[in-house]
Amino acid sequence: MRLLTHNMLSSNIKGVTNGFPLRIEVEKVVEKQVEINHDFLRNIFPKIDWKAFSDASRIMGYNELPEEPPEPSVLESDVEFLGKFHHALLELHLEEGALLCPETGRKFPVSKGIPNMLLLEDEV
Amino acid sequence: MEVGCGSGYVITSLMLMLGGEANGAQFIATDMNPHAITVTRETMEAHGVHAELINTDIASGLESRLAGSVDLLVVNPPYVPTPEDEVGREGIASAWAGGENGRSVIDKILPVADKLLSERGWLYMVTLTANNPSQICRQMTKKGYASRIVVQRSTEEESLHIIKFWRDVNIEVEANNGVTNSKAGILDSVRSQIQRLSFWGSSDINTSTD
Repeated sequence: MRLLTHNMLSSNIKGVTNGFPLRIEVEKVVEKQVEINHDFLRNIFPKIDWKAFSDASRIMGYNELPEEPPEPSVLESDVEFLGKFHHALLELHLEEGALLCPETGRKFPVSKGIPNMLLLEDEV
Repeated sequence: MEVGCGSGYVITSLMLMLGGEANGAQFIATDMNPHAITVTRETMEAHGVHAELINTDIASGLESRLAGSVDLLVVNPPYVPTPEDEVGREGIASAWAGGENGRSVIDKILPVADKLLSERGWLYMVTLTANNPSQICRQMTKKGYASRIVVQRSTEEESLHIIKFWRDVNIEVEANNGVTNSKAGILDSVRSQIQRLSFWGSSDINTSTD
């Protein structure tokens, strides 16, 4: 599970109002290289909740991202920054671990890089 | 994005067709069945492509953050008419069991699709004649979607249609004003007829029986 995906997931438990972001519990992180696409990064940037993303990257062991979101102009010109953004967003995978609902603490397991968001009958 | 990836055949084919992640696209696939997720991962690996996989019911957990972001959604839903109590059970039957008129899961998916699709987003969905595709199209028109049957194929057992849905501003306005046709609408209709003719010229969409 990439951090891009983590940034798009929220707790789907019935009654939860504050379900984002899910807290990450790391057991195994894997890095998988993928070709950088600057246009994609610029397009996706407005959709990213930066705080959730940069916090998550630190939990995954990557400390290169600023806590504050960059100015959009940085994305236009700062190639080094784009590389770090790309690496954290798309190349770090939570292979084993869990995602926790911030409100209830309920664990959604992540196994072989795949989060299990299936709910029990009473959570729906 | 694919909802209900099953064997992984469709999402893998889609990625190969679109050049995978090389063109800056991101792919997501979901399935309720953990075995389907495992198999999809293997299918993708075997073809050298990667999509994010999530074991979930339709798009549960993704809906609020991914709203308005999906440019392409493909769905081959459980469309077979079955008793209602066969829908969504654990096991392989959930891959086909669609309840009354095969519409139970389709009717759950459509509002989710509406939420997820971007302004320019397209939905492709497989339906049976028994699902009443014209009625589905009428329902979607009310939400501002144009639709077109892009492929139709019959086997001995099934008569299948692939419907394409996309947002059309004209349609929404027309529905509100009670006007069923406009100058733009006529041109679009002619254009789509021509497209349909050239599509028919290049592939066979006729019945086949095995």
